[in-house]
Amino acid sequence: MYRKKECIAMLLAGGQGSRLYALTEKTAKPAVPFGGKYRIIDFPMSNCVNSGIDTVGVLTQYQPLVLNEYIGNGEPWDLDRTRGGVMVLPPYQGKSSSDWYRGTANAIYQNINFIERYSPEYTLILSGDHIYKMDYSKMLKEHKQNGADCTIAVLKVPMAEASRFGILNTNEDGSIYEFEEKPKNPKSNNASMGIYIFNTKTLIEYLKADEADESSSNDFGKNIIPAMLGDGKKMYAYLFDGYWKDVGTIESLWEANMDLLGRTPAFNLYDKRWRIFYRNNAEPPHKIGAAGKVVNSMITEGCIVNGEVVNSVLSNSVMVEEGAFVKDCVILGNVTVKKGAHVEYAIIDHDCVIEEGAKVGASRAEGNKIAVLGAGNKVAAGSVIEPGAMCEAQK
Amino acid sequence: MSAVGIIFSNIHDRNISELTRVRTMASIPYGCRYRLIDFALSNMVNAGIGTINVITHYNYQSLMDHIGSGKDWDMARRSGGIKILPPYISAFANNQNELYHTRLEALKSINHFIQGMAEDYVVMADCDVICNIDLQDLINDHVESGADITFAVQKKVLSKEAARRNTIMTVDEAGRITDIKSKPNTFEGEADMCLNIFVCTRRYLQQMVLDAIAHDYKSMTKDILMRTLRQCNYRAYRFEGYSAEISSIEEYFTHSMELISDKEKYDSLFNVEERPVFTKVRNSPPTYYSETSDVKNSLIADGCIIDGTVENCILFRGVKVGKGAVVKNSVLFQDTFVGDNVSLNCVVSDKNVVIHEGVTLSGAPTLPFYLEKRKMI
Repeated sequence: MYRKKECIAMLLAGGQGSRLYALTEKTAKPAVPFGGKYRIIDFPMSNCVNSGIDTVGVLTQYQPLVLNEYIGNGEPWDLDRTRGGVMVLPPYQGKSSSDWYRGTANAIYQNINFIERYSPEYTLILSGDHIYKMDYSKMLKEHKQNGADCTIAVLKVPMAEASRFGILNTNEDGSIYEFEEKPKNPKSNNASMGIYIFNTKTLIEYLKADEADESSSNDFGKNIIPAMLGDGKKMYAYLFDGYWKDVGTIESLWEANMDLLGRTPAFNLYDKRWRIFYRNNAEPPHKIGAAGKVVNSMITEGCIVNGEVVNSVLSNSVMVEEGAFVKDCVILGNVTVKKGAHVEYAIIDHDCVIEEGAKVGASRAEGNKIAVLGAGNKVAAGSVIEPGAMCEAQK
Repeated sequence: MSAVGIIFSNIHDRNISELTRVRTMASIPYGCRYRLIDFALSNMVNAGIGTINVITHYNYQSLMDHIGSGKDWDMARRSGGIKILPPYISAFANNQNELYHTRLEALKSINHFIQGMAEDYVVMADCDVICNIDLQDLINDHVESGADITFAVQKKVLSKEAARRNTIMTVDEAGRITDIKSKPNTFEGEADMCLNIFVCTRRYLQQMVLDAIAHDYKSMTKDILMRTLRQCNYRAYRFEGYSAEISSIEEYFTHSMELISDKEKYDSLFNVEERPVFTKVRNSPPTYYSETSDVKNSLIADGCIIDGTVENCILFRGVKVGKGAVVKNSVLFQDTFVGDNVSLNCVVSDKNVVIHEGVTLSGAPTLPFYLEKRKMI
C-alpha cells in the first residue's frame, strides 16, 4: 500500500491568518475563498497535481472544520488515490506526549512517520497561504542537478520591500551563503517564498536535532535553515519569476482578487495547461438580467445580476437586485445585495444580506479603506457601514 | 424499499438529427452546462436511487465521456453506481447482430441483466423530456395504488405537430389509464401527455421482458400496453412542475430561450429545494466581463470571456465573444469562438465552432440557424 515515492509534499495549512480578522474567525486561512470559485489552498494543491506529485500531507490545526470538509477525500484534485493521495494530518495525542504544532518544523517533525511510509528521496514543504502557479517538478530537477541538500524557492521583490521578507544571499551559481530574516539593510532582494525541497534523510536528521534543542522555536526559517547553513550543507536558491502573492492581509487579499481582472490579467486563471482545481457545488449557470450591467468583473455559477457590477469578483449565488450598485468589491457566496443598495470597496463574506438602500464602504479613489463584513451579517435597510469597518462574523 | 433506474439514451435520436449526428439524445447539451441526461440522472439520484443503468447503442462516446465514473452525481460506488450498457453483440445470437430500435427491444437486449436485478422497483426514463420531478413521490404513489405500471403524465395543450411526436393517454377519474394513443396523426388540443418516465415492480418488468421475448413483441406501447389495457392496472401520475419535450431543433431552441424569458419555468427546473441538478464538473474559472462588454438578459456558464454585446443568449462553458461582436437570441455551445465584429441572431452553434471576424449570420425565431460541431466560418 505504501509504494515508494520520489517526492511527496507536506502542506502547512494550520495558519490562523489573524490579519484577515473577520474572514478567519471560523475558517483557517487556507480555506478562505478566492477568485469566485476557489479557496487559497487550491493553488498549492493544484500545483502539486500539475507537477506530478500525488502524495500530499495537509497539516491542519486552527479551525479545521471547513478545511477538512473542503479537502475531503481529495477527489477534486484527483488525489483520492489508493497509493498516496491527500491525507489530512491534525495534531494528535501520543503515548507519552500530546502537543499542538509548536512551529512549522515541529509540525513536520510530528509527522515524520507519515513521510517515512512513502520513503521519498525528496520532501517538498509548502504553505497554504499563497496565490501562485508553479511547476515544482522544475524546481526538483534543479535540486537534483545541483546535488543539493536543500533548495529554497525565491522571488525577486522590490528592494524597498525586501526588509519584510526572509532574504537569501546567493553566490553566482545560485548557492546560498547567508539567510537573513527580515533584515534592516538587505544585501539582496531574493525573498524566500516558504517553499523548500529537502533530501528527506537530511530533513529528518535536522528535525530531530531541532526537536532536541529546547531553546529552538521549531521554525524552518528561524532554526532549520540557519542550522543547515551553519553546517555547510549544499543549499541552493531556485529563482521563480511569476505571479506570487501572500494574501495574509485584507488589502493583499483584495488586491490578489483584483489581479484576476482585466483582458490580460496579472494572474491568469484561463490557462488550460495549468488548471486550478476546486471543489464544485453543482449550481446552475449565472444570469444577467434585463437591467443588469457588468463591467470588468468576474461572475460565477448561481449568481443573478440585475444591478450594476463594476471591477468586482463575485462568488457563487450572489444576488444583485435592480438598482443596486457594486464596485471594487470581493463578494463571497450566497450574498444578497438588495434594491438600491450601494456597496463599494468592500469584502463581503458569505451569507450576508445588504438590505434595500443600505450603503457599505465608500469610493476607493477618495482614499477610503476597505470595509469588511464577516459572514452572516445583515445590514438593515437604509443604514450605513463606514469604509474601513470590520464587522464580526455572525455565523 | 429499494429502486433501480434505467435510462434510455438513444430512443428519440431521430427527432433531432442535427444535434444527434455526433452524440446521443442523452448527451445533447442544454441550459449552459448540462446535458439532457443530467435531468434524468439527477432526478434518480435525488430520489435516493443508488443503481442506474444507461442503455445506449451508438454514438455514445460523448455520453461515456460525460458520465465518466459517475462521481459528479455522487454515483462512483463500489456497489451500484452508474453503469453504461452498450449494445451486446453475440456471435451466438440470432445471427443478425441487429441493433434494437424500440424501448422493448432495448430491454430484451439486456434481459439477463434485468433478470439479475434485486431491487424492488424499477424507474425508467428517456432523455427527451426535461423536468425536475420527485421520483420518490412517483414510487410512493405507485406502491400505494398497487398499479402494474405508473406513468408520469402532464396535462398540456398540444399542437398537431407535438401530438404526432408524443404518446397521449386518456385517464379516468380514478387515475387509471383507459386509452393510449402513440403518435396520433390528427390529434389537437388538451391531453395527458406521457413524460416517458414510469415505474413498475422489478418482477413485473422481468415477466414483461420474458413474455416479450417468448412472443417476439417489438413495441411496448403497441404490443403490450394497448393489448392489456383492460386486464392490467396502468395508472397515471400527474406531474405539476415544468416539463419540456425536446423533439426537434425548433423545440430545442424554444425551450432553451424559455429558460431566459420565463423565471417560473427556470426555477422549477433549477431552483427546487433539495433537488439540485448535477452535471460533469469541468473546473472552469469564473466568467470574465471586460470593459467593453454589454450583457443583458442572458444565462452564462463559467469559463467565458466576453468583450462584446450579448443579449437574450445562452452561453455554454468557455465561449469567447470578441470586441464589437453582437450576439442576440442565440445558443452557443461549449468553446464556441465568436470573433470581433461578428453579428449573430437566432443561431445555435455546436461545440468548438469558430466564427471569424466580421461574419454575419441570422436565423429566424421559428427556425434557428444551426452550425455543426467544429465548423469554421
